[in-house]
Amino acid sequence: MKITINGEEETIEKDSLTIIELLTHKKVDMPEMVSVEYNGEMLDREKFDTQAVTDGDKVEFLYFMGGGQ
Amino acid sequence: MINEKTITIAKETLDQMVEHLRTELPNEGCGYMSGNNDEVKTLHKMTNIDKSPEHFRFDPKEQFAVVKAARAAKEELTVVYHSHPETPARLSEEDITLFNDPNMIYIIVSFKSESPEIKGFMVNKPTDKEIEIRRIALEIKEN
Repeated sequence: MKITINGEEETIEKDSLTIIELLTHKKVDMPEMVSVEYNGEMLDREKFDTQAVTDGDKVEFLYFMGGGQ
Repeated sequence: MINEKTITIAKETLDQMVEHLRTELPNEGCGYMSGNNDEVKTLHKMTNIDKSPEHFRFDPKEQFAVVKAARAAKEELTVVYHSHPETPARLSEEDITLFNDPNMIYIIVSFKSESPEIKGFMVNKPTDKEIEIRRIALEIKEN
């Protein structure tokens, strides 16, 4: 399938995979520190294990950003 | 602390950053900078949704909007900046815990003294128990 990840089209040799599997594929070591947008909508963290990504989907992910003095 | 890297920042952008952070006092302020090839050009002010003098946190929706704006401008988000209103410009324990993007440069601006102190860092965590911190030199480019 072809999907768009962070604005770049990528071919993955599967028909479907979950968001968490996609993050693992993209070598995200700490998925709990990542926010995900699925086809333009923010995705609840509890759906990372179940939301299927299929051909034509657009996924954005970025690291949660915070800190403090 | 290991070997140093240098990024170039336009003086106008640096001044905009300091002014933004000063207007957020006594709370911490935060934002992104984007550019190309280790040269930073554009400032993206972000909302500190913690609204706290001791913590900052980006709004993820705002983050996605800025990521897309930078991409449309063919720039990369290379810097996250934030202020320490009352402590030095060094990485706090909380910063080190929460800074998890090894490709990002983290600029900290301290307002502890009258003249702001500005320092850059990168944080890499190759394993659960290892933390590598690099100092990033900031070269100021006059307009």
